[in-house]
Amino acid sequence: MKNVMSNKIVIALYVLPALFLVLFLIYIPIVLTGYYGLMDWDGVGQMKFIGLENYKKLIHDKLFWKSTWHSVLLALFSVLSLVGYLIVSLVLASKIKGANIFRKIYIIPMLMSSVAIAQLWVKIFDPMNGLINSVLTMLGMKNTPLWLADPNMALYAIFVPIVWQYAGFYIIIIYAALINVPQELIEAARIDGANAFQIAYKIKVPLISGVLKVLIILAVVGSLKYFDLIYVMTGGGPGDATEVIASYMYKEAFGKFNFGYGSAIGFGLLIISMGTTWIIQKLLNTNK
Amino acid sequence: MKGQIRSTSDHRSPLRRIGMGILYFILVIVALVQLYPLVWLFQLSLKTNQEVFGMSPFALPKSPRWENYINAWFDGGINHYFFNSVWYTVVAVLLTLILASFVTFALTRMEWKLKGIVLALFMVAYMIPVHSTLIPLFNIYNKINLINNPISIILSYTTFNLPITIMILLGFYQSLPREIEEAAIMDGCSIHRIFFQITLPMTAPVLSTTAIINMIYNWNEFVFVNTFISSEKWKTITVGVNNFIGQYLTDWGAIGATLVISVLPILIVYLFLSDRIIEGLVAGSVKG
Repeated sequence: MKNVMSNKIVIALYVLPALFLVLFLIYIPIVLTGYYGLMDWDGVGQMKFIGLENYKKLIHDKLFWKSTWHSVLLALFSVLSLVGYLIVSLVLASKIKGANIFRKIYIIPMLMSSVAIAQLWVKIFDPMNGLINSVLTMLGMKNTPLWLADPNMALYAIFVPIVWQYAGFYIIIIYAALINVPQELIEAARIDGANAFQIAYKIKVPLISGVLKVLIILAVVGSLKYFDLIYVMTGGGPGDATEVIASYMYKEAFGKFNFGYGSAIGFGLLIISMGTTWIIQKLLNTNK
Repeated sequence: MKGQIRSTSDHRSPLRRIGMGILYFILVIVALVQLYPLVWLFQLSLKTNQEVFGMSPFALPKSPRWENYINAWFDGGINHYFFNSVWYTVVAVLLTLILASFVTFALTRMEWKLKGIVLALFMVAYMIPVHSTLIPLFNIYNKINLINNPISIILSYTTFNLPITIMILLGFYQSLPREIEEAAIMDGCSIHRIFFQITLPMTAPVLSTTAIINMIYNWNEFVFVNTFISSEKWKTITVGVNNFIGQYLTDWGAIGATLVISVLPILIVYLFLSDRIIEGLVAGSVKG
């Protein structure tokens, strides 16, 4: 019996196809990104080795740090909005009739592509005929905001469809964790005279802290990698008001054909997102 | 509900009723925020420009312009992008499921030394940001003449979905009883027969969950197609819709119609399989 299940040829046959794909299309490219970062290269012609020049440039590149700051801001907003999702989930999980239907409605935007969401919200934010400004005009507002066209507002405006897209996703996950909290604990607390807020804050939330930690990591790492929606909605503009790490990399590589420098940015993105994941994991574990 | 014993004495008190009212109010507001943009989009898709620009955003179109859909589908070439998306999605989902099942079977049922390392490789691959691999991937595909070739898209979809699919399958495989498989080995069944005729059919529920999740990811994917495909012939609906909107900036009705077409297939699937999809989204996030 052992022989059958340790047949090396079968194991190779089952594991290698997937392993090769992951090695050749994920791991080797990751190493190559770091390597291309050492080159002066337009993507077509000869590569020219220039040592750490691109990385030095990256460290002093104000636009790179500005993009990183925007990505970090999005990550902060995403983590803060988890509080709102938690509140809605607590409401949903408090034996509400129709909770299942609410849950199913909330998730719908998550099923759409970021491109479709971006195009829809470009129209909603349209300064002249968009949904929001039409309503504001009807309410009598004279100088309606420019939203995506206003450099001081664009990044915040972009966060609205991000919340819209992901709210349902976070809510169903928190909700799923909440309804698995043992009912006896809640009943016991209630008999001891705890009110609904105390039960939520002192019993339910601590009991689902494991899930909340995973969601914090998801929110941060997801935000740092954010691309599609911003690329379609503003292309990083107006000016560089909504540029994020991934969109900056994309512009340098596939817009300006600075493949060498683009790779250095891509490597920076890798370091930043893996590093952040690691740091958050450390922080959350020691707090336990 | 009536016969149930309640530990709270003030269950039907007016205060509690008001409390419930507020909770429902919150839930309904969130539901409206999540749904209304889509209702607005659907109305938009049936309007003329005069109706969009001159009238209240809440006004219904006088006579619904279904022509918007016909124009987008045929003249806008959306039909062509649509079918590309369908077959890329189907092929990539099938490839991912079969390769991931092979790996998971080998990881949970067979005896070999490098298990731990291989599993770690798949897990870590899940955390690597796609954008950090993009420039080298472009270069690799370019060297082997797969730029502007659907194979590059299908390979990318398959590979980048493997880690999450394997993670979801692992949980299911580990909880699956092994008696039938062990009995089959005793009877002298070959491994391939055990895998294809016993294990694979038993994992049908989790396969359908992962298939749906993969389908949504692939259908909505943007950056691979936008980067590796420039010929109209091979573009998918996400990228096609984005280009179409770039060209017909001023025709809001047509834009609305193309967006509705692009999100409709997933919404229809959701209508029938919402529980499966929610289950998959929860599994896919927390396992990671």
